[in-house]
Amino acid sequence: MNNTATTNNDLLAPSKRLVKRYRAEKRFRRCGIAAITLSLAFVFFLFFTIFSDGISAFKQTWIELKVEFSNDLFANENLAAADYPGLVKRSLRTMFAEVKSRKDKKLLYGLVSPAAAYKLQDMVEADPKIIGTVQEVWVLADDDVDMLMKKKIDRTVPESNRRIRDIQLEWIDKLVAQGRLTTNFNRTFFTSGDSREPELAGIRGAIKGSFFTLLITLALSFPIGVAAAVYLEEFAPSNHWTDLIEININNLAAVPSIIFGLLGLAIFINFWGLPRSTPIVGGLVLTLMTLPTIIIAGRASLKSVPPSIREAALGVGASKVQTVLHHVLPLAMPGMLTGTIIGMAQALGETAPLLMIGMVAFIVDIPGTFSDPAAVLPVQIYLWADNPERAFTEKTSAAIMVLLAFLIVMNGLAVLLRKKFEIKW
Amino acid sequence: MSIYSFTLPVIVFLALAAYFAGYRKALAVAGQSGGIRSLHSLPMHYGLVAAMASALPAITLLAGWHLAEDKVITAIITGELPKQLAQLPASELSLVLNEIKNIAFGGFSAATSSPAIQDAAVRYVELERTFRTIITVGIVAAASVPPVFILKKISPTLRARNLMEKALMVFLVGCSTVAILTTLGIVLSVLFEALRFFQAIPLVDFIFGLQWSPQTAIRADQAGSSGAFGAVPVFAGTILIATIAMSVAIPVGLLAAIYLSEYASPRFRTWTKPVLEILAGIPTVVYGFFAALTVAPLIRDAGSVVGLAVSSESALAAGLVMGIMIIPFVSSLSDDVIHAVPQTMRDGSLGLGATRFETIRYVILPAALPGIVGSILLAVSRAIGETMIVVMAAGLSANLSFNPLTAVTTVTVQIVTLLVGDQEFDSPKTLAAFALGLLLFVFTLVLNFIALRVVRKYREQYE
Repeated sequence: MNNTATTNNDLLAPSKRLVKRYRAEKRFRRCGIAAITLSLAFVFFLFFTIFSDGISAFKQTWIELKVEFSNDLFANENLAAADYPGLVKRSLRTMFAEVKSRKDKKLLYGLVSPAAAYKLQDMVEADPKIIGTVQEVWVLADDDVDMLMKKKIDRTVPESNRRIRDIQLEWIDKLVAQGRLTTNFNRTFFTSGDSREPELAGIRGAIKGSFFTLLITLALSFPIGVAAAVYLEEFAPSNHWTDLIEININNLAAVPSIIFGLLGLAIFINFWGLPRSTPIVGGLVLTLMTLPTIIIAGRASLKSVPPSIREAALGVGASKVQTVLHHVLPLAMPGMLTGTIIGMAQALGETAPLLMIGMVAFIVDIPGTFSDPAAVLPVQIYLWADNPERAFTEKTSAAIMVLLAFLIVMNGLAVLLRKKFEIKW
Repeated sequence: MSIYSFTLPVIVFLALAAYFAGYRKALAVAGQSGGIRSLHSLPMHYGLVAAMASALPAITLLAGWHLAEDKVITAIITGELPKQLAQLPASELSLVLNEIKNIAFGGFSAATSSPAIQDAAVRYVELERTFRTIITVGIVAAASVPPVFILKKISPTLRARNLMEKALMVFLVGCSTVAILTTLGIVLSVLFEALRFFQAIPLVDFIFGLQWSPQTAIRADQAGSSGAFGAVPVFAGTILIATIAMSVAIPVGLLAAIYLSEYASPRFRTWTKPVLEILAGIPTVVYGFFAALTVAPLIRDAGSVVGLAVSSESALAAGLVMGIMIIPFVSSLSDDVIHAVPQTMRDGSLGLGATRFETIRYVILPAALPGIVGSILLAVSRAIGETMIVVMAAGLSANLSFNPLTAVTTVTVQIVTLLVGDQEFDSPKTLAAFALGLLLFVFTLVLNFIALRVVRKYREQYE
């Protein structure tokens, strides 16, 4: 009471305690913003590294060779038996006549991909009349040349630490100056299967494998999931059995995916004797994995259909089954489809259980049926990521971009479906 | 496969025919007894019952034969083999049988095989053809005879709809038990192999042993091949990486959830939430690639600048990236939980003059704590079971170390390395993977069970 003057002051200025409380408030708010910024920054960082690394894989380097299909090489009747790699080497030698030593010649041959020989063979088999003529042929460059053209091999690094020698650099510069070296769109990446040569490796086999696997997953998990959701939500009496099913579904949704792989290995492959590494087994395993997702989403969307719909249908004389099949299920369908698409997107990105059932084999052939050995897209990514060659890193990033594009399309579809058919009761 | 290309269309055709016959019969019966209204069910239901009577027995027969074909024919062939072949030990006999099948299916050049085997192969093809003819006839009969009886039975009082609904209910119940069968399958498949493992390696050695080197010897005199199966270093590595992951995911995820639900404007929320959810949608193999090729070198280089020797497969890199992967799990689960705290509690606290931070700290968090703990437990089980990130970015050798800069291994990495490639199901090396799988399953199951319980209890509290 004696120091009225000071209290008056304090009434105008906030007390020390209040300042402290407000400061804590601000600090906390900043922490929250920092947490969100960190997560967002990570999303962008991840996308940025993968895009900047992978975008160049959609281009490919080609070298133009002057090939003389001289008659002496094709003396034999059998065109496939001719020495095509030798033909490639000979063309390179004539183009760079100054190269004399064995060692340099070997380096010279290293400029073009082994695929060049196959290309010449295809040309001859398609049109045997070119034998005896001289043709300008564009052939694939070796992956090291490709990396150099994409500036992923640094020219300033000392020669001993570089995969391209100085002398090869000279030749490449000469080819570029002559307009015999160019980069254009990489079609190989989308049309061929896996390969040990980075410039020949593509994702078509993996995409087809993923397609077959997902087709089986969808064909099994959608009907089973919808049926289970309908039963549990609409018909199941509430007893211990139903409780048990419910607990099981919730637990399965959180079981590590690799465990499903162990199940597939022990039961589908060892016990049932299904073939390893095939989309059938992969599809079965992924079905078991995605079922909980679909069932949970399906039940949620059945729950959101108001009881008045059911009462009205029952009121005009429909049976319980008719009520559900004719009225409730169609109204819940968009939600179920959304859940299914999200489940499929999960299945598309899943790798671990497929490793267990042997879908990690190196498979060059593009699978044609459900029982052919196949790789799937994420497993292909895993296999390439393990490969130490620089050119495969680029391919890995590009495959990831394709996988992410599929996932974005699928999730976008799910969002669209939800927005379009969402009913506010 | 050729058996399906013929029988499946036949089954479909006969079932359709049965449907239309049933439909017409129902209409005809109705016409005789006073119009369509005298029927108990819709004509469609009568048709469906007839179709079902046609398709179900036929498909059962087809599926049954598909499963039994190989066994039946093999048994007959084995019985007919000449004596010196039939008396071979089981393993060699199966080789002979394989050879017979290979010749029978035209995959092998028959020239190198003995005449007895070639005869058996010819017999195999013959038997297969005869049996398939018999089965095909059987299927046609099974698909066409039962509907005839059903058609005779159709009358206005036949409760066709109830029959249909009963069948549908059986199907629905069957589908919903798939979940239980899956769990049962997991338990049985993992348990049996694990038990075989524990016959070779005592359980105590497995759980308390400090040495993990699962490479068993091919020859007895090989060096370093005793094969030690002490799982402690593997668990330690798993716990180390999961701890690093959770120490990233819990603070960031919780703070993000709190900020989004308590502070952020609706517009900010609608834009930020989906971007955060992208993190949950990225496949784990992508994270693994990113951890191994971007984050791990970054940490190693940063370490060498400071003068620390960091392994290029450090637990830190795998743990950090895994933590980032888990952020959306923590944040979206705790977001739900925080949302469930009644608005009246917030209003009460703010009305008494508390700042927002104080409201969160003293009112909302204590109220939401059980739910948050539940969601963290779920995230932990996720971190322990995560495979691809650690397979690609963590090490293979089991070091008993809690230093985040060294390379450690995890349960999932060991399962993958033990099972990828050639497997022999009688060596402890392969079976060890199932023992680890069993432990992983039991551990995550317990975590999930507790977490789901806690979350459910918590929800009920405010409903």
